[in-house]
Amino acid sequence: MSNLVLIAVLLALTAVAYQIGLSRSRVLAGGGRGSSRLHSRPGYYGALVALWCALPAFAIFIVWSWIEPLIVRSMLLADFPGVAEMSSHQLDALMRRLHSIATGFVDPATVQPAEAEAAARMQHLQAIGQTAKIGLMAVFAIVGLLYARSRLAPELRARNQVEKVTRIALAVCSGIAILTTVGIVLSMFGEAMRFFSFVSPLDFFFGTKWDPRFSSVGTGAVGSFGLLPLLAGTLLVSAIALLVAVPIGLMTAIYMSEYAPAWFRSFAKPVIEVLAGIPTIVYGVFALLIVGPFFASVGEMIGVQIRATSALTAGFVMGVMIIPFVSSLSDDIITQVPRSLRDGSLGLGATRSETIRKVVLPAALPGIVGAFLLAASRAIGETMIVVLAAGNSPLLHANPLEAVSTVTVSIVNQLTGDTDFASPQSLVAFALGLTLFVITLGLNVVALYIVRKYREQYE
Amino acid sequence: MSTPTDAAAAAALSAHEQRTARIEKSLRRRHAAERRFRAFGLAAVIAGLSFVAILFASILSRGLPAFWQATLSVDVYFDPEVIKVSDRPVRGAREAPGAFHERTMAWRTELAMVNWNRLLEDSVIRLKPELEDSRRDVRALFTSSERFRLRDRVIEDPSLIGKTVRMNLLADANVDVWLRGNIDRSLPDSQQQLRARVRELADKLHEEGVIAIRFSRALFTNPDSRSSPASSGLAGAFMGSLFMMLIVIFLSVPVAVASAIYLEEFAPKNRMTDLIEVNINNLAAVPSIVFGLLGAAVFINWIKLPLSAPLVGGLVLSLMTLPTVIIATRAALKAIPPSIRQAALGLGASKVQTVFHHVLPLARPGILTGSIIGVAQALGETAPLLLIGMSAFVANIPSTPLEQSTALPVQIYLWQGNELRNFFEARTSAAIIVLLGLMISLNALAIWLRRKFEVRW
Repeated sequence: MSNLVLIAVLLALTAVAYQIGLSRSRVLAGGGRGSSRLHSRPGYYGALVALWCALPAFAIFIVWSWIEPLIVRSMLLADFPGVAEMSSHQLDALMRRLHSIATGFVDPATVQPAEAEAAARMQHLQAIGQTAKIGLMAVFAIVGLLYARSRLAPELRARNQVEKVTRIALAVCSGIAILTTVGIVLSMFGEAMRFFSFVSPLDFFFGTKWDPRFSSVGTGAVGSFGLLPLLAGTLLVSAIALLVAVPIGLMTAIYMSEYAPAWFRSFAKPVIEVLAGIPTIVYGVFALLIVGPFFASVGEMIGVQIRATSALTAGFVMGVMIIPFVSSLSDDIITQVPRSLRDGSLGLGATRSETIRKVVLPAALPGIVGAFLLAASRAIGETMIVVLAAGNSPLLHANPLEAVSTVTVSIVNQLTGDTDFASPQSLVAFALGLTLFVITLGLNVVALYIVRKYREQYE
Repeated sequence: MSTPTDAAAAAALSAHEQRTARIEKSLRRRHAAERRFRAFGLAAVIAGLSFVAILFASILSRGLPAFWQATLSVDVYFDPEVIKVSDRPVRGAREAPGAFHERTMAWRTELAMVNWNRLLEDSVIRLKPELEDSRRDVRALFTSSERFRLRDRVIEDPSLIGKTVRMNLLADANVDVWLRGNIDRSLPDSQQQLRARVRELADKLHEEGVIAIRFSRALFTNPDSRSSPASSGLAGAFMGSLFMMLIVIFLSVPVAVASAIYLEEFAPKNRMTDLIEVNINNLAAVPSIVFGLLGAAVFINWIKLPLSAPLVGGLVLSLMTLPTVIIATRAALKAIPPSIRQAALGLGASKVQTVFHHVLPLARPGILTGSIIGVAQALGETAPLLLIGMSAFVANIPSTPLEQSTALPVQIYLWQGNELRNFFEARTSAAIIVLLGLMISLNALAIWLRRKFEVRW
């Protein structure tokens, strides 16, 4: 809590610094109409002083808050009896106990002398640390403020300096996107490598049996981690989804852009796009409670055994989910086909549907293929629908009426609620994630390339 | 001499007729194809629309009844004979917090030892004295958390002891299922969840109006509960989602807007910025579950942040929302005509001034819309949260982002898997209605903002 107070005080000081800079620059300008003597507008002088006040102190705050607990810990544990033979978990538990002793929430009767001493020392060290932190921050904030104030002069290029800081801050923010990607790749790659130290990559990528067993660390009993059944399930479900979404989405886009009257379009288009905004968990429940039983009863009627949770159920509902995705992408691409192509075809006497089928669609084909690839990558990475409705049976078959399992389902099954990052049973999730990441990334790169290349054709 | 010409003319005529007939036939075929094609298009649109209609109709019809629950409306007498506890401890002037905490705990333990069930049973038996011998059946009517509600009332206001209060108490989930007919009433005893005597009793009290299906706030005010399904609610999940959305709003949105501004207005065109650009486009298409893996590996395994905490969930969702908001913001900035920038630059504004004083205010509606849509998307996301342990059962309402918590979509996931299907199917749909309601209002806000501030150049 005191950290929040500290930050609030720092912010208040920064505001004061801004005011000091502002009024100082006005004095320098000679007041009144003299502000044209200044290089920058007075606000920039204020901002400069404020930055000098806030940034160094804030940096101290970050570094100190990060390092202090580490130092306190190592100092306490250095001369605590019996530390040498404790595991890191036990050490964590010990630190927590010392902390609760220090804050007075432990019955004093149960505390051992060594613990009491360490807790007292901890309290002492933390008090010193806190004082030092506040002191250091105050010194840096005030020195920064005074230094910046002493530099203020009419010819100081305050605006340029403030703008430089702004630009750097903006650039750092856009670097976070890169950091995220690097984080994804590194973390998944690192953990996947640890998994491959248990299971050979050949067995993983070409194994036809998925049976990870339960996590049993140290026994050496490793299940079989064959990717192929999961990949087959993923492809089966995605194929069904595309079979549903592509015809409906494409025809919707064609009808909307070529036939529908304006009033109909303005009503139907947003309603269909609602499908894109519904959370996937809702589709999952919808598939489980309504679509699955419906398919099962239809199957019963026509004498076919259809399981309620099957590749068909999951694929169908996933298809419904990506209809707006396909239709809005196709719509964009169809409307990009130049008017002149259409007019030429219509002028030669072709009907509208002939124009669409023989002129517009071939011209838009690369873009539409790109859209399908994007839709496919969306379908492959989809999780909740298949978790709920695909039935989770990791067997290698191609029957859409049976239950399947997918890559995403297995990631969820292997990692949910399991914090043990040492067994192949949970590490396999990262190998699966890496596979998924590579597949979707590949599809996306190809799709974006096709779409972009096609766009240049008409520009 | 005229016959050959006539014949030729007739032949020509018939050839002409034949051609016309052929053309007409082909035209008919082509027009039929045209109509067919058009009908296919219309059918596709109608299929899309009907999916929306079926989805909403089925969820509403299943979920709405769950907002009303079987409730017993009874007078509860806080009998001092039953509640025998000492006075609530008051903190002494020089007492250590630990010691006071201990005394309070001791008092609460005393309260926990009270037979609250007896008060519940008495409240019904006072209406029907003949039930004195079947207390077990009477007790089965109430959901088990209601005794804690009585206890909490006393903790809040110890002066209640000795008074009679009219209370609406939730009936057990199985009673609710039975009274609504959500379970086949003709099933044999062995397959029924309730004993025959309890079923009779429930029916009788229902007829007399003691038990009625009333609107219940439990869904909104309670956290999840395992022992007492009838009182399980969304409050805990809602707070978890709220914390995460706050983190997304305060972390993801500013960073995303800043990086979009940099990329769109300042970045030099070189390989580095090209790389960032490709990166962001691909990041937007990375499956959400991969972000969950990132969170599990980095935030939990490496930085050792607590499992199931909204803080971690918020961070993961922030990273996931980042590209969406960046792309939306860039589109909004791109839509500002260059003439605005040229005018500002021409009057002597610096580049930064141009962007912050002129371009950004004009792009604000677009940025706001994109951010709201990004937040709505984050609100509905489930898969990454499962991987960072947010699918654990949590029976408390979290008060800080570091406590264990679930989120609204995760709560839906947990409820759909509950064994008490008859009861939780409706509850799941009700939770979906709440989630969809929140998302639709967010999206409506975005649309309203766009309409209100939209500028056509």
